Amino acid sequence: MPDDSARAKESAKDGLVTCDACPVLCRIREGRSGACDRYGNVHGALTRLDPFVVTQRVAQKEGDLVAFGKDDWDGAMIKGAPTFITGIGSGTTYPDYKPAPFIVASEYDGVDMVTVVSEGIFSYCGIKVKIDTDRFVGPETAAVRVGGEQVGHVTTAEYGSQMLSLGGVRHLTGGSKKEGTITCDTMLKLCSGEAVELIVDDGARLTVEAGKPPVINDAQEERMRVGCGSATIGIFAKQWHGHADEVIVVDDHITGVLSEHQAGRFLGMEPVGIRVRGRKSTPGRYFQVAEPGTGWGGTDITDPLSIIDSINPKTAWPGLRLFMVSTTGEDAAFFVLDDDLKPVAAAMPAPLELVVERIGENCEPALSTVLFMAGAGGSLRAGVTENPVRLTRSVREALTRVTCGGAPVYVWPGGGITLMVDVTTMPENSFGYVPTPALVAPIEFTLRLEDYAAMGGHMDAVRRVEDMAEAGRLKSVRWHDQAPWPGAPLHGIAREA
Amino acid sequence: MSQALPFGAPPLGAILAGGNRRHFQHGPIDLVIEATGVGHEVGRAYKQAWARFETILGELVGELPALRAPFKASGPKLGGPAIEGAVAQRMEAACARHQGVFVTPMAAVAGAVADEVLAALVVGRALEKAYVNNGGDIALYLSPGASFDAGMVSLADTPSAAGTIAIDYASSARGIATSGWRGRSLSLGIADAVTVLAPNAAEADVAATLIANAVDTDYPRIERVPARELDPDSDLGARMATVNVGVLPDAAVIAALDAGADAAKRMIAGGHILAAHLVLQGEVRTIGAAPLKALTDQAEPNIAATRSTGLDKRRRAWPT
Repeated sequence: MPDDSARAKESAKDGLVTCDACPVLCRIREGRSGACDRYGNVHGALTRLDPFVVTQRVAQKEGDLVAFGKDDWDGAMIKGAPTFITGIGSGTTYPDYKPAPFIVASEYDGVDMVTVVSEGIFSYCGIKVKIDTDRFVGPETAAVRVGGEQVGHVTTAEYGSQMLSLGGVRHLTGGSKKEGTITCDTMLKLCSGEAVELIVDDGARLTVEAGKPPVINDAQEERMRVGCGSATIGIFAKQWHGHADEVIVVDDHITGVLSEHQAGRFLGMEPVGIRVRGRKSTPGRYFQVAEPGTGWGGTDITDPLSIIDSINPKTAWPGLRLFMVSTTGEDAAFFVLDDDLKPVAAAMPAPLELVVERIGENCEPALSTVLFMAGAGGSLRAGVTENPVRLTRSVREALTRVTCGGAPVYVWPGGGITLMVDVTTMPENSFGYVPTPALVAPIEFTLRLEDYAAMGGHMDAVRRVEDMAEAGRLKSVRWHDQAPWPGAPLHGIAREA
Repeated sequence: MSQALPFGAPPLGAILAGGNRRHFQHGPIDLVIEATGVGHEVGRAYKQAWARFETILGELVGELPALRAPFKASGPKLGGPAIEGAVAQRMEAACARHQGVFVTPMAAVAGAVADEVLAALVVGRALEKAYVNNGGDIALYLSPGASFDAGMVSLADTPSAAGTIAIDYASSARGIATSGWRGRSLSLGIADAVTVLAPNAAEADVAATLIANAVDTDYPRIERVPARELDPDSDLGARMATVNVGVLPDAAVIAALDAGADAAKRMIAGGHILAAHLVLQGEVRTIGAAPLKALTDQAEPNIAATRSTGLDKRRRAWPT
C-alpha cells in the first residue's frame, strides 16, 4: 500500500476520491462505488448511494390522507407528494468532525425549510415504560433485571399504571460489560417493538411489548381500573342504589364502602356496620385493606370476605344484601347475610351484573407503552452547526423542530436537548446499536433556511430534497397522519417580532 | 496492524423485520444472520457473533496489502508480510486448493468472513440451524435433521436460472457463494452468475470466482478494461476485467460454458466443491449433484444467492 502522501498525490492526479466512511479507505474512480456499494464517486464528490427512509404525506383523494400502515405500500417514491427525509439509514458522522450526513432543503407553504438528518449514537439514553395495571409489580426503586443483570428500576406509580425506568448511562456503561450489553439489547428490543421479559426484585415477572397488553406473572392484563374504589363508588352509586344494602369496592389504593361514603350519604343510606380491614382515610375510604398482589383490584386477596374485619350486630341485619366488586369489574361477588349475620354467596341480581359489565366497559384497555428518552448533546450538534449552543437555543426558542424518524418528540425544558418519543410512532427498524454500548436512533432538526444560516449552519452542504428524490435512492414509508407534518415550521414563529 | 483505525463509522447492528434475524454492517461487510433454536441459546449465539464481528474489519484492513497479492502455495511469500488473522488464514486455506491458476486471497474474503462469524455464532451453543449471509455468500450450520433452502434469483433474461437449493444435514455442503461479472466484485470471465456449493463459504467463494473467471471466450462484443482502471487497489491489477457483454451467438455461449464446466468438474474431482450452477445469457449448466429445485411460487426463498448487479441497477435494502 502506498503511504498516505503518495496515495493523496495519486488521488489528486487521477480524480480519485478516498472514502473515509470506514477503515478500508477505498480510493474510488469517478462513476464507481467503493467496496461497500454504499458510497461512490459521483462527479468527483464522495456520495452516499444506498437508500434511506423518507416519509411522505400522500393524498388519496383531494384532501384525504391515507392512514398510516392501512394498506400495502411498496416503498416507492410518490412523485410530487410532500417528502420529509428521516434519519433512518442515513448513517452518522460520529464524532461529527464534518457536517451531518444529509442537510436537505425543502419548501413548506412557500417557506424555505432545511432539515438536518443524522443517526445519533446515544450514550445517554433510556426507556420509560408505563404499564397499565394496578397489580403489584414490585416495590419502588426495586431492581428490574434481564438475564440476572440490572437494566433499570421500578419508579413512582402513576394513575392506574406502574412505571419502570430502564436503561440509562449507569447501566449501559457504568456497570460491568455484561450489564451494558444486556441493557443495550433490552432497550433495542423494546424500541423495535419486541416483547421482553423483565424480572423485578421482590416483585413480578413481566412481559412488556410496546403498544400491547402487559403480562404479569403469566396473566395478561386486560383493563385499567375505572378509578380507585372511592371514585368507582362516586361513579356508580346511583346505579347500585336499591339493588344492594352495602357495596364494597376492593382496590389496592383506596377501598370504598358505599354506606359510609359521601355518595351513600347523599342517597340517604346509613352505615350498616360492615367494617373492612385497613386504615380509614375519610368516611367510606380505606387504605391498605390487604397487601399488593395480583388478586382483586391489585390486592393479594382471592377471597373478598377476607377483608371484612367485623359485622356489627347492632346495625347489620339478617337478609342484608352485600355486593363486592373490584375496580376493573373483573372480580365481583354477591352475598346475603344469614340469621347469624354470616355472608352467604347468592345469585347476583341482574341490575348489579349490568353495572359490573359497565365497570369493565369504562376501563380502558391495559397497555405497555414505551418512550425512548435520549440526550442529543455533545458532538451530534456539531454536525448541524459550527456553533452547537445555537442549535440548543434554537430548539429552546421553538425555531427548530426536533423529530425522530419524522415522529414528534417532547423536548424536556432546561439545558441540553433531552427528548422523549413514543417508539410506536416511529417507522419500523428505526433503531440500531453500537458496541460502546449505545443505541443508534434517527434524529432530524427542521428549521427555516434563514434561521439555519443565521445559526452558523453548514450552508455549503445543503441540497434540495427534489434532487435527492431524483437520485432514486430513497425508500418511502407512510407518514403517521396523526403526527404534525415534520417539515412544517413550528407554530408561534414570529420572525418579525 | 490488527487494530481498527480510529476513524470511520463503527460497526452497526440491527434487528430485522420479523424480530429474529440480525443485520451486522461495518464498512463493506454486510451480514444477515439468523439462528434458530431455544430462545436463550439463540440470544447467546448472537452475542458471540457480535463480539467476533466487532474486530473483523480492523483485522482485515491491517493485512490488505498481503491479501491482495497473488497467492503462491509454496510457503510464505518472500519479503511479504506473514498472514496472521483468523479470517485471513481462512482465505489462504481456501486458495491453497487451487494450484496453477491466478488467485488472490481476496477471492475468498466474503465467504471467509461468513465462516468466521458462523463459527463464533455456533461455538458452545445448541442451535437447530443458523446461517450467515455475507452479501450472497452464505455459511451454514445444520443440526441433525435440519435443512436449509436457499433461493436463487433469476436474471431477467434467464428465468430458468431461478430455483431453490435444498441442503440437508446429510450433505457436506455448508457454504454457498455466487460470482459473476454483474456482481459486486470484478470478474475476468463473462458468466452472469456462477453459484457453488462447497464444504464452507470461503471455499465456495474462491471456487465461484474461479469458475466465473473460466466462463469465457474470445468475442468482439465483450468489453474489458484493466481492473486497476476501475479500482486502483484491485487485487486483479492490470488484468482485464469484464465490464459489458453484448449478445453472444450460441456457439460462443456454449464454448464459454464448456470452459467453465471443465473448471467446475476439475474442482469436483479434486473434492473441493460439491456442485456448481452456471448461468450465461439464458443458458444454464449444472455440474455435480446439486440439490436444485425449480422455483415454484408457493415457496418464497429466504435467501437471494445472487448479488446486486451494478451501480445503476443497485437496490440495496437497508434497513429492510
